Amino acid sequence: MAETKEKSLSDEKPKPRVRPIVRLGIFFISHSFLVSVVCCTAGVLALFLLPVLAKNTYISENALMPGSASPMLSNQHVSDGNRLVKDLTNPNSKSSETGIESHKIIAQYMLDLGAEVSFHKFHPQMNQFHPLHFFSSPDSGKIQENYSCSSYGINTVGIIRAPRGDGKEAIVLVTPYNALKSGFGEALSLGIAYSVFSLLTQVTWLAKDIIWLVADSQYGEYAAVAAWLREYQTPKFSSLSTPNAEMCPDVNNLFELKGHSISGSKFSNSFRRAGTMAAALVLKVRDQNEQFEDTISIYAEASNGQMPNLDLINVVNYLAVHRQGLRVNVEKLWSLLNSSWLKTLGEIFESLAKVAKILYPKWKFGITATEYVEGTATLASSLYYQALGVPTGPHGAFRDYQVDAITLEISPKFSLDKVWRNDILLRGGRLIEGVIRSVNNLLEKFHQSFFLYLLTSPSKFVSVGVYMIAFALLIAPLPMVAASLYVAANSSSNCSKGDSSTPSAITDTDENCIAIRSWRWLNSAKLVFIVHLWGAIVSLLPYFISQIPDCSPTTSFMIWVLLSILSLLTLNSVLASPLACAKATQEKEWALVKSVTISSVFIGLGLMSVINFATAEIGALLMVPMCLLARPLKLDVRAGTLRSFCRMICNLVLGHIAFPPAAFFLLKGMLDGFGNANVGDFWMWVESLWAWNSATYLFIGMVQLPCWVLCVSILFHTC
Amino acid sequence: MVLLQRPHILLLLIGTHQFLQCWIAFGSVNEEGQKQEEFSEELLLKPFPDHKLLAHFHFQSSATPSTSNGCHHHLFPKAISQLVQKFRVKEMELSFTQGRWNYESWGGFDPISSSNAKPPGVELWAVFDVPQHHIDASWKNLTHTLSGLFCASINFLESTATYSTPEWSFPPASGNVRYGTLPCEAVCTENLTPWLKLLPCRDKAGIALLLDRPSLYRGFYHSQRLHLTSTESSSEGIDSGIILEQTLTVVLQPNSERAIEVHASEKHIQPSWSLSSIFGKQVSGRCVLAKSSSVYLLLDRGLVAELKFPNKENGKSAANGLTSENFWSNPSFELSANPDRIFLEESSSHSKSLSILYMFQVEKYSESEPFDIGLMWKVPVAWLCQQTPLHASRFFMGNGNERGAIAISLKSTQFTEGFMSANSKDGSCELRVEVFQVVPWYVKVYFHSLRVFVDQQPRAVSDIIEKIHVSPSKDKMSPGVMEVVLKLPCRVNTAALTVEFDKGFLRIDEYPPDANQGFDIPSAIISFPNFHASMVFLEDDSLNKSPLLSKFQEKCPVMSYTEVLLVPLTTPDFSMPYNVITITCTVFALYFGSLLNVLQRRVAEEERFLKAKAAKKTGRLPLLLSKLSAKLRGRRREPLHSPPSSSSFINSKLVLKVILVAGLALGWQYVFS
Repeated sequence: MAETKEKSLSDEKPKPRVRPIVRLGIFFISHSFLVSVVCCTAGVLALFLLPVLAKNTYISENALMPGSASPMLSNQHVSDGNRLVKDLTNPNSKSSETGIESHKIIAQYMLDLGAEVSFHKFHPQMNQFHPLHFFSSPDSGKIQENYSCSSYGINTVGIIRAPRGDGKEAIVLVTPYNALKSGFGEALSLGIAYSVFSLLTQVTWLAKDIIWLVADSQYGEYAAVAAWLREYQTPKFSSLSTPNAEMCPDVNNLFELKGHSISGSKFSNSFRRAGTMAAALVLKVRDQNEQFEDTISIYAEASNGQMPNLDLINVVNYLAVHRQGLRVNVEKLWSLLNSSWLKTLGEIFESLAKVAKILYPKWKFGITATEYVEGTATLASSLYYQALGVPTGPHGAFRDYQVDAITLEISPKFSLDKVWRNDILLRGGRLIEGVIRSVNNLLEKFHQSFFLYLLTSPSKFVSVGVYMIAFALLIAPLPMVAASLYVAANSSSNCSKGDSSTPSAITDTDENCIAIRSWRWLNSAKLVFIVHLWGAIVSLLPYFISQIPDCSPTTSFMIWVLLSILSLLTLNSVLASPLACAKATQEKEWALVKSVTISSVFIGLGLMSVINFATAEIGALLMVPMCLLARPLKLDVRAGTLRSFCRMICNLVLGHIAFPPAAFFLLKGMLDGFGNANVGDFWMWVESLWAWNSATYLFIGMVQLPCWVLCVSILFHTC
Repeated sequence: MVLLQRPHILLLLIGTHQFLQCWIAFGSVNEEGQKQEEFSEELLLKPFPDHKLLAHFHFQSSATPSTSNGCHHHLFPKAISQLVQKFRVKEMELSFTQGRWNYESWGGFDPISSSNAKPPGVELWAVFDVPQHHIDASWKNLTHTLSGLFCASINFLESTATYSTPEWSFPPASGNVRYGTLPCEAVCTENLTPWLKLLPCRDKAGIALLLDRPSLYRGFYHSQRLHLTSTESSSEGIDSGIILEQTLTVVLQPNSERAIEVHASEKHIQPSWSLSSIFGKQVSGRCVLAKSSSVYLLLDRGLVAELKFPNKENGKSAANGLTSENFWSNPSFELSANPDRIFLEESSSHSKSLSILYMFQVEKYSESEPFDIGLMWKVPVAWLCQQTPLHASRFFMGNGNERGAIAISLKSTQFTEGFMSANSKDGSCELRVEVFQVVPWYVKVYFHSLRVFVDQQPRAVSDIIEKIHVSPSKDKMSPGVMEVVLKLPCRVNTAALTVEFDKGFLRIDEYPPDANQGFDIPSAIISFPNFHASMVFLEDDSLNKSPLLSKFQEKCPVMSYTEVLLVPLTTPDFSMPYNVITITCTVFALYFGSLLNVLQRRVAEEERFLKAKAAKKTGRLPLLLSKLSAKLRGRRREPLHSPPSSSSFINSKLVLKVILVAGLALGWQYVFS
């Protein structure tokens, strides 16, 4: 507070002048409390304002030209597709145990169109925890043993070569299909893909090759697509397992596909390729649906919050809404839709916008309250799925190879008559045709539109430039508070006289004292370092725990917790030297610890925002208040004022919420209800995180958990 | 007047005399030249197994040696002969291609595919007959000339980073070859028109009349090629002048409209076609300048084997008997016109069955009775074209913008098996494969990382590679070239060759306008020196040899091109220069501003001034302003004994006033709107 006061007389001895920017910094540091309150409030408010600030999407790349050509998919192609659906749902085709019959049917249909067909055998690769593989590219070097003949999947791949194209680029269409227990929806998705495929064999405008991948989803949709991509991008030339697989009688049986004589050369059991992939579409049809109209859901989130280019989503949205009359859906957090506080917030924003519009008619940022609630629900799910870092569908496999991909899930209003089926085949097919045609028009790869965005509705988005503000406001006070704490701790200890915090006050104190004091932070830094080291150990522990055979999630989790506590105690006793615990320095020790913690959290959040913004944002929401408020409970109890009491309550609540498992259960409870919460769930969740190489796992283990431990240790500091 | 006119007449006389002399002299040369300056036009049609049809136009003109007739030509295009003379081109080939040759269904083991299947875009190679240090200059001039001649951006091949110097793997093996490709060049009718201009009849008469642009460019593949050989300046005794060979290879789909409606039952019968149905035109007589003008229909070995001609055994006698009924009226197909002659292939070493060639003379036809040939299929036939010994495909491995690998994988085709079983008797059987690969400099290939896999087993490079020549790329100077001869065992099933690379960075001005498309890596050439694609047809008169058939007889090694690859490089944000300029300017402004500030400032005087001001004790607002300025200048002092309330009071009052005024304004607006 001393800084704002200005002296009217300037007749003192001249002092070394300080640069304005430094003065500004000192100003902020000395007002860190006010600054942090203002910044944090503004940050949270900015986050809630995002749905209001969302812009309408627009197609940025001119070459896409969606919907400019009238769809060519006719009833002829639809009836072709219908034929395939009938053949696949025919009970005769399911006679074989391995579902090879239906693969043969699909391959035969592809061959009849004149496409090049090949089968791709793959062995599902179990997702395993590789501590050092987090940011490395997907590799082919994993040679696995113990392949049995029974466990393999077969992808059927059909390729249409563009008649006049140069074959440098390709568009991929993926339909997951489980031959063993396929629902009607899967067959229908194959029907749609086939009708589009049969059209594309005849068109003259094709400039890029078309690959239709029927991914065998009996080991999971993602695994099949990922296996195919791995073979496509990083094939193994020296393989030990393939000859093994060739021995299996069933496989050889597969290749006795009796193609018609003309297609003899078109079929091969070797892997076939086309050029660089320009985009990929995954098509699914949901079996059951409660909706009253045909909707199409877009899933776009890939691993670590990577998104496909916004143009791809725009094209699908534009074509679906304006051409095919389908309703487009993006994932929402449904529980948020009914929350009353959001509704009130939306109403407040609405009325504010009304007032603003009256004041100045050009201010048109208002959205209605219902729109606001829906936008917030979509935004929240967008943030959540990006933060999770786990792909929301098979399209995630493509993103690992820098291919823009989305999953389209058509959920038709369910009825069984033929007219309806033809209608959905026609509309779905025309949508896919339109998207493929647009991508086909592309001269360059997707680069015009955004890669970093959050969706608030299928046609609205928040770009990185806007959502960055909320995060920046949230973490802005961290360095200031750290600096002010450091300064305060340095100046206010026993050597110093008063509570003036400017560096000038220190100049006249004892040199020796300064030397000791200015290095005191190293002690706290050591503590912080030890806790972070512990965090790294804790994140590595699951690798060893997962090696234990026959372990239920609950016991694994318990073992993990026990080992973590044990390792913390061991580390503390071994590394934390008792020398520094001199009584004199003890007093403001917690302030230094807090300062260093806050700096480390700032660094961690900053780094994470580059890797996965959404994780950093959610982490900042949890950790920043906790870090800023942390203060020894003893002090607060001693003070006994209302303010300290409030702070104590806040600290206790935040200390509970910010503990990662607690945060997880709270979130889960909010989404699904608290009824079936189980301790093992957290273990499962963590397992899925590391299986998908999600950076969120690292963040929780190495930033959030240490931060929580440090804050708790500050809370229980004995001073 | 008479007097005046006389000299004119005299002049005229002299003039005419001289002209006559010249004319006579020219005529005599002309008579001589008639023997050698020739033009011939031919068209070869060949059905493919996948319901498509190959039309291969072959025009050949030859010029006499320049010494005999100066620079005058009758038929031969002057532009070409000038080009040859100027740049001392010994041999040159230029091809414009659109689409891909489908090696699997269109074959790769016959003279047509081996020499006419070209990579997409433009390919140019030339052999010069100049001293080594002049070659690059000649090449540059040649590219510019051709660029102007064919309306294409061949001039981009001028820079040293785009062309290469193959050492030995490229067919006309000699040190004077330059080779360059433009894989992303779009080929269209503006390239065809200048090409047609080189023909004596253009496309106004003769077979070239068929070149209807819409139907040509509707095709699946088309490649126009210009090949010239000149022995003009060679030191050898034979002096045959320049031979210009222009070919246009098109793969068309006969009546593709009907194919949509046709259903599964009829789908397997080959479509019937005729010249008028595929080109929409008919040939009304030959180009009068052409020495020979003929249309051929080739049924290749596989097809002939399927058709089971009744007297295949005594084929030779049938060929001698020319129009033997058995050969053209077959139960499975029908020709709409009677062939003038039928050629049978001489027994080849690689295949049991022999191909048949029907020949039609266009001379017989005229405007009133235009030439049209059609083929009607009666029963479904299916066959396979003869393929290259190994099917080559090339692709990228890896992901990301940093590094990757190029892989060339070779797979044996069904043809090899038969051949190998025939050849494996003589012990050590080897299959030689030559690979010629040019890589632009921004794809930095590490040749030491070359790895070879044979039948899925990694093999030592020295075991497999017989000969290798590598010239590493120089940044912005020259592309990397790799020439390898692989020595594979005959029974090889698959072989693969991988080389790793790093992706380089380009300067911002080196990016093309469509940098985000990616960069093309030209096709690799895979050739099989052990195998020769040649077709020798039995002919009775060697005098009247057609250029096309004699071309077929040449023994050229089987060659195939791999796909063009697209490598995405990191592209900068192209608005970056603007940002850089802005930031730089800001930094400069800040720097110079503060520098000037420091230089200008007189500290003592300022302090005196401030003191004087403080003594004056001005009003509140100026005080605040001076405070603000003092604050900004960093002259704030420790407030030790000033009353704290005063300044905050002033501040809050001012703020209150401002808020009041703003509120009033807003209220006014709110009430009155």
